[in-house]
Amino acid sequence: MVGSASASPRGEDTFPKILLHNAKVLGTRTAFREKDFGIWQSWTWSEVCEEIRAFSIGLKSLGIEAGDKVAIVGANRPRLYWSMVAAQAVGAVPVPVYSDSVAEEMAYVLGHAEVKFAVVEDQEQVDKLLSMSEEVPTLKDVIYDEMRGLRDYDHTHLHSYESLQNKGRELQAQNSSLSREWEEGFAGGKGDDVAVMLYTSGTTGRPKGVMLSFDNLAVSARNANVFDHLDETEEVLAYLPMAWIGDHVFSLAQAFTAGYCVNCPESIDTIDVDRREIAPTYFFAPPRVFEMLLTHIMVQMEDAGKTKRAMFDYFMKIARKVGEKILNGEDVDAKDRLLYRLGEFLVYGPLKNRMGLTRMKVGYTAGEAIGPEIFRFYRSLGLNLKQLYGQTEASVYITLQPDGEIFGDTVGKPAPDVELKIADNGEVMYRSPGVFVGYFKNDEATKETKTADGWVHTGDAGIIAENGHLKIIDRAKDVGKLTDGALFAPKYIENKLKFFPNIKEAVAFGHERDVVAVFLNIDLTAVGSWAERNNVNYASYQELAAHPDVYSMVESHVDQVNRDLSREPMMAGAQIRRFLILHKELDADDGELTRTQKVRRSFIADRYAPLIEALYDGSKTKHVRTEVTFEDGRKGAIEATVEIRDMEPHVPGKDYQEAAE
Amino acid sequence: MNAFATDMTAEPDGVPETAHSEELLRVDNVSLSFGGVKAITDISFDILKGEIRAIIGPNGAGKTSMLNVINGFYHPQEGTITWRGKERRKMKPYEAASQGIARTFQNVALFKGMTTLDNIMSGRSLKMHRNFFWQVIWRGPAEREEIEHRRKVEDIIDFLEIQAIRKTPVGRLPYGLQKRVELGRALAMEPDLLLLDEPMAGMNLEEKEDMSRFILDVNQEFGTTIALIEHDMGVVMDLSDRVVVLDYGKKIADGPPEEVQANQNVIDAYLGVSH
Repeated sequence: MVGSASASPRGEDTFPKILLHNAKVLGTRTAFREKDFGIWQSWTWSEVCEEIRAFSIGLKSLGIEAGDKVAIVGANRPRLYWSMVAAQAVGAVPVPVYSDSVAEEMAYVLGHAEVKFAVVEDQEQVDKLLSMSEEVPTLKDVIYDEMRGLRDYDHTHLHSYESLQNKGRELQAQNSSLSREWEEGFAGGKGDDVAVMLYTSGTTGRPKGVMLSFDNLAVSARNANVFDHLDETEEVLAYLPMAWIGDHVFSLAQAFTAGYCVNCPESIDTIDVDRREIAPTYFFAPPRVFEMLLTHIMVQMEDAGKTKRAMFDYFMKIARKVGEKILNGEDVDAKDRLLYRLGEFLVYGPLKNRMGLTRMKVGYTAGEAIGPEIFRFYRSLGLNLKQLYGQTEASVYITLQPDGEIFGDTVGKPAPDVELKIADNGEVMYRSPGVFVGYFKNDEATKETKTADGWVHTGDAGIIAENGHLKIIDRAKDVGKLTDGALFAPKYIENKLKFFPNIKEAVAFGHERDVVAVFLNIDLTAVGSWAERNNVNYASYQELAAHPDVYSMVESHVDQVNRDLSREPMMAGAQIRRFLILHKELDADDGELTRTQKVRRSFIADRYAPLIEALYDGSKTKHVRTEVTFEDGRKGAIEATVEIRDMEPHVPGKDYQEAAE
Repeated sequence: MNAFATDMTAEPDGVPETAHSEELLRVDNVSLSFGGVKAITDISFDILKGEIRAIIGPNGAGKTSMLNVINGFYHPQEGTITWRGKERRKMKPYEAASQGIARTFQNVALFKGMTTLDNIMSGRSLKMHRNFFWQVIWRGPAEREEIEHRRKVEDIIDFLEIQAIRKTPVGRLPYGLQKRVELGRALAMEPDLLLLDEPMAGMNLEEKEDMSRFILDVNQEFGTTIALIEHDMGVVMDLSDRVVVLDYGKKIADGPPEEVQANQNVIDAYLGVSH
């Protein structure tokens, strides 16, 4: 292992050991907070250590053994994070699972992982697990956090978190050496033991269980802490799915190695308020969160009074002009600097406060490309928002944008200890201490992804620019060609479309076709607000999406994208010639998106085959019927007649010539 | 291997029948008329402690009047009401409330301009012991008392999963949520008997499912006895332990849901027959 050599000199190598260390060194500092009953409840590192110790001993009394898999299902709660470390302390491997996945998806993952125990949030998850006893025959005991509704269930193999923890405390009281034995149990743990198993969301095929070792996580986390100067004073908000590598690293690995405080929101609906109250110093969000925040502000500004709006517009102009330069430490003339400071007082400060980003030292966005306009908006406010590029298989970090070297179209330079190269077919490859151990029970896939000498195929096509920054173009296997040989990079086109606030989702088709055509989803918040202001009546998404005015508005966006594409020599041949607005929102429950909200292209192509056919046979409308799955698993169908519009392509490079003349 | 599957599938509401045997409320031969209009004629039934009792019937059958009689808003001309073994005569609604009967209304009855928190807090007013003077001073005992009440209210907010709208004025909330807040306000009284007048009227399927879950949970977690009027037969049949059916102010059936569903009188009342 690359990591094990460099891990030990930097500190403790497994999370249970780091926990003991933190309890000793940072004992009185707050480690976790959760808003419950309207109040932020907090636990210090030494309290967390006691909580985990008691629960872990309780787990042991259930007969848990080293190597057993423990499923963790639920929203971000301190107790669920603690369960992971409690399991690690007895040599078991936690397997966090997406709690909103439908029973079938979850059953596959739990069955594949052969989980023996599960720690879950509430009745909803308990019911889900009970329903899958056939697919998961290994499951022995289920432990839940919230009692509600479970009182009358048979508790032979069902336990409340509290009762198990109390049992752990009783056992400790009865036998004073138990506590020491517990510590000795993991003292011999090694950095290259498997720490956690995370299932990748699976844009293609079944999810795969990525095994990460303590070294993978601890070394990557420490590197990232050093890179962005993070220490025990940071505050983060844990609100992204626990099953996702990002949350695992930000809210557990980095939190433990740096010793900073993890704040769990009250509920999924209160995140905005909770973020404002906590004001995290280190903040991570996928682009859609930043998009949503911005959309929200813009919608509210539309409703604001004249003076406020004028002030906002004026100072945002100043911010666009000099904000980023000031953030990058470049020279700006004194007058602008003064105006910017006034703007900070009048507009930027209150805005940042509103978003809960006042104290943000560094923020990251990743997962997919962020719209350059959106990215610039936040940076111009003086927020140090940066992009990173990462993967589950890499323990997140592959490339990072260093402070002061922020370019909208690249994802930064290799993270510390990461080697990067581009394969002959254009695929990005890396080697780092964070490289995963392997896929669980899938050696074939491991071999396909990871070479013998530790290089990993990312599956993304990219180039390394002259300044050493990596630029991602698309998924390597998605890049295709039109029948006339023109390059077709679907994601590149889709992202351009999605940068318009009115467009939420886009799916482009064109590989081995004559022309490019797209499916679109409108953004109900943005377009709904527009409809309200323009007295457009609608009763549902479907009705709004089919409205002629909405179509014209979207048509102008598509035209703008075509104009952009026509300026790029590589992409000019792949302009959009036909588009339609789908009659329903793409939804993970219908399998159209992954749980991390990425489109599943091939699935959509199958499901909407008649619509794709219509895109290419020249028809103006098409009647379709689509089956949908409701959240409780029942099925229904929606029918609609979808309009298809034609687009005029722009002449390649024409705008350039005009500009030159 | 699958011991786990079989011994854990106990029905959540599989409470043994014997659990409800103590009578909480009894209505005997009650008749109510407004001038010449007879709203309720000679109705008798009982509500057992810990059960969910549904009152159903076609429009104008006298269901809401019946609830109004129970919580003392109307006074029947004939018949008796026995509450916890004691026969009671004319009683004002607030007296009924202080004795542990809470209700929600067919049309949401909340303070629209006040927040969710304040609305639920208002449900605690009967439990506030400090007088006006102390409330104004708001120091020492009054402050401690308010903190205690706030704690209870936060329990309810957590229970009903309405944390996100804690500080939102109720008038700005969608109808389904307003209904939930109203349930919260009724729960704040920590009632022994909760009267729900069409808790699911005007809700969509998802909101109905949520509300059903909450009603079951209230019944189970707090042991609150519930009497509800509802038009959605699916909900009634799933939730209730026993159903009483009214038609034109008369009781036409009383019993477990399956029995009532099969009763010819009930079928006639709902579908109509030629007289």
